[in-house]
Amino acid sequence: MINLLNIGLAALIVGLACWTIVARQPFAAVVGFIAYGLLLTLVWVQLYGIDVALTEAAIGGGLTGALLIGAAARLRGTDAAAAAERPGAPARWLAAGVSAAVTGALAIGVLSLPDPAPTLAHAVAANITSTGVGNPITAVLLSFRAMDTLLEAIVLLFALIGVWSLTPDHFWGGRPGLPQQADSNGILAFAARLLPPIGIVAGIYIFWVGADHPGGKFQGATILASMWLLTMMAGLTDAPPISRTWLRVWLVAGPLVFISIGFVGVVTAGAFLGYPDGLAKPLIVVIELALLPSLAVILGLLLSGPPQRKAQP
Amino acid sequence: MNFALDLWTLIAVAAGAVFFLAGTTGLLRFPDTFTRLHALTKADNLGLGLVMLGLLPQVDSVVAGLKLLCIWLLVLLSGATASQLIARHTRQSESG
Amino acid sequence: MNAATLFGLSAAALIGVGLFGLLVSPHPLRKILAFNVIGSGVFLLLGAIARRGAALGMGGDPVPQALLITGIVVAFSATALAVALLLRLFDATGSVTLAADAPTAVPTDPDNV
Repeated sequence: MINLLNIGLAALIVGLACWTIVARQPFAAVVGFIAYGLLLTLVWVQLYGIDVALTEAAIGGGLTGALLIGAAARLRGTDAAAAAERPGAPARWLAAGVSAAVTGALAIGVLSLPDPAPTLAHAVAANITSTGVGNPITAVLLSFRAMDTLLEAIVLLFALIGVWSLTPDHFWGGRPGLPQQADSNGILAFAARLLPPIGIVAGIYIFWVGADHPGGKFQGATILASMWLLTMMAGLTDAPPISRTWLRVWLVAGPLVFISIGFVGVVTAGAFLGYPDGLAKPLIVVIELALLPSLAVILGLLLSGPPQRKAQP
Repeated sequence: MNFALDLWTLIAVAAGAVFFLAGTTGLLRFPDTFTRLHALTKADNLGLGLVMLGLLPQVDSVVAGLKLLCIWLLVLLSGATASQLIARHTRQSESG
Repeated sequence: MNAATLFGLSAAALIGVGLFGLLVSPHPLRKILAFNVIGSGVFLLLGAIARRGAALGMGGDPVPQALLITGIVVAFSATALAVALLLRLFDATGSVTLAADAPTAVPTDPDNV
C-alpha cells in the first residue's frame, strides 16, 4: 500500500542522493551517502525484503560508509585541485539531458511492467522442502543458485588480491594500514573491549538464524568483520602481515570447501553443486560454517587496504 | 487494554519524535561543536528511549522486547563513544 | 500506484541522479560515490520488481532478492578495489586528477613512503 511513510521515504532518498552529488566537500557527501544507505534499509523493509535490508544496512551503509570516510579523510586536501577541472555549462547540460533521458526510459519501463507479475515464488515453494531450510532466500542462495554464491565468494577473494596488488614493492608482505597509536585506556579502547563480545554473539546469531528466518552468513560475517576492525582501530590488535601462511589458508578455506563439495556433488548427485537426497541441510551448514570465517576476514582485509608498512614482528 | 496500550505507544513515540526534533534543531542552530554534541546526545538518547518504551507494548514476545532494549543500550554506547571521541579531538585541535 | 511502483520510479530517479554525478564530478571519490548511487538505484529497481512477484505468503519473489544480496556484496568489493586504486594514485602522484597530461609520478624516497 502506498502511504505517507513510503512517499516520505522515496522523497528523502532521492533528495539525499541529489545532495550527495552536489555537496561541496567530499566528506560531507560521504556522510550524506551513509545516511542515504540507512534510509534505503527502511525502504527495503517496506518492500518486504528483510534479508536485503540487513545486507544493505551492514554492507551498503556500514562497510561502504567506513571505507569511503577513510578515503575522504585521506584525500582531504584534494578537492580544490579537483574543483578546477569541473566541466563547463554546455557539458553539464548535456549530462543532465542524458541522465533525464535514462530516467525517463527507466520510468516508462517501470510503468509498463507486465501485470500480473511473473514470479518464481511458486517454483521456490515447490522445491524448498528438499533443501531443509525454512528461509526461501537462504534456499535460493545456497541450493538453487549456489553457483552464484560460490562465484561471489571467489569475486571477493579476487578483489582482495586486487587490493593487495597495489602494495608498493618495498612493503610487500607487510601489515595493512598504519600503526594505531591509540591510548589503551581511552574511550575507543573501552568500546573495543565492550562491544566485540556482544557483536560476536550477534554476528553468529544472525548467521545461525538465517536458515529459517531473515539473516545469513553475509550479514553475520559483516558484523564479525566490523568487530575485528574495531579492535584494530583501537590499537588492541594489529593487522596481520599478508605474507603469513595461516592468513592465506584462512582466506581460501571457505571457497575451497565450497568447491570441493561441488565436485563431490558431481559424483554423488550428478551435477556440480548438487546435493544428494537428505544431505542437503548438513551440506549447507558445512558450507556456511566454512565460509563464515573466510568472509569475515576477507571483508575486514578489504576495508584495511593494501599494506602500508613492513611486517616487523 | 489494547486501546490503552496503543494510546501509550502513540504518546511515547510522539514524545520521542519531539525530542529528536529538538536534538536536530540544536544540531542546526547551536554555534559550536560542543554545544551541538550536547544537544544531539542528550536529546537523541532520550528520544530513542521514549520510542523504545512506546514500542515495548507492541511486541509479540518477551525476547523481542529484550532485543529492543539491547538495541537501545547499544545505541547509547556507540553514541557516547562517538561523541566523546569527537569532543576530545575538537578540544585537542582547538588548543593545539 | 502501489509501493513497488513508487519505489521503482524513485529508483529510476536515483539512477539518473547518479549518472549525472558520475558524468559531471571531476573528483574520483565523487565518481565512486555516484557509481554507488547508481548501483543502489539498480538494486532498488530489481527489488521493486521482486516485490511485485510476491506470492504464497512470501513478501517478495525470493530469487531476485537473493541475487540482490549477491549484488550488494559484489558492489562493495568493487568499491573497495576502486578506493584502493584511488588512494594508490594519490600516494604515487600527490593528486587525484584523472587528466591524461598530468605528471605520472613524483620522486619519492622509498624508505620513507
